[in-house]
Amino acid sequence: MSLKTTVALLGLVTLLAACSEKPQTAHTRKSDSQAWSGAPGDPYSVPGWKAGDQASWEQQMRTRAQGQNEYSRATTQ
Amino acid sequence: MARMKFICDAERCIECNGCVTACKAEHDVPWGVNRRRVVTLNDGVPGEKSISVACMHCSDAPCMAVCPVDCFYRTDEGVVLHDKDVCIGCGYCSYACPFGAPQFPTNGTFGLRGKMDKCTFCAGGPEVNGSEAENEKYGRNRLAEGKLPACAEMCSTKALLGGDGDVVADIFRTRVLQRGKGSEVWGWGTAYGKPTGTKS
Repeated sequence: MSLKTTVALLGLVTLLAACSEKPQTAHTRKSDSQAWSGAPGDPYSVPGWKAGDQASWEQQMRTRAQGQNEYSRATTQ
Repeated sequence: MARMKFICDAERCIECNGCVTACKAEHDVPWGVNRRRVVTLNDGVPGEKSISVACMHCSDAPCMAVCPVDCFYRTDEGVVLHDKDVCIGCGYCSYACPFGAPQFPTNGTFGLRGKMDKCTFCAGGPEVNGSEAENEKYGRNRLAEGKLPACAEMCSTKALLGGDGDVVADIFRTRVLQRGKGSEVWGWGTAYGKPTGTKS
């Protein structure tokens, strides 16, 4: 392989390397949906609360947090 | 209204890094980025203490204050999140944060500093809840699934507590009152029983 070909190939590789960069365009911040509105179609959602019902979601959070409380999970001796 | 917070019990944390692993696995966090990490004070010295640290979702977050492109926002539950489509990766938030929460992946062909990544309290981002786009940019949205952060729920010793601030504060308070203090917690008597008598 001649020197010219090698240089051309290296140049091509260097140029094409940037093709893996994702395009970056300016955005304004998007508004987020509420956590209590749930994730539609998510098979990993747990039962015990109703998506879209804020009160039931908050109750679910409180109930779920008690899973971290060993004094409510096991009887003390 | 719930106000989400983390509490880490330094008396319980055993520096297992289970929270770090759970977070990385749950959100497919890229190489070189740790949304959560365990910090040990006086490492190797008797009485060393470890604490699991991530974004504390500050009520008056300094990262929000310094961001030049205003990419941060706070949810109604008090979770501080950001929009990666707006972030320019400048790093100001990293300098402002007292916990070192903002992380910057070195990605792309030329190893450029990417957009900021941090703990989301498993609440995703501004994309549609549970969507592919949200998962790719921010990881799982466990809150929208009715769950709490993976790190806290996975913690084997329950040193790390996460959830509504009032609830986790109550759990922590009950624990502290029950276990006592000083040598009652992890002292000789706890491990081997109280001495029954003294030798002359």
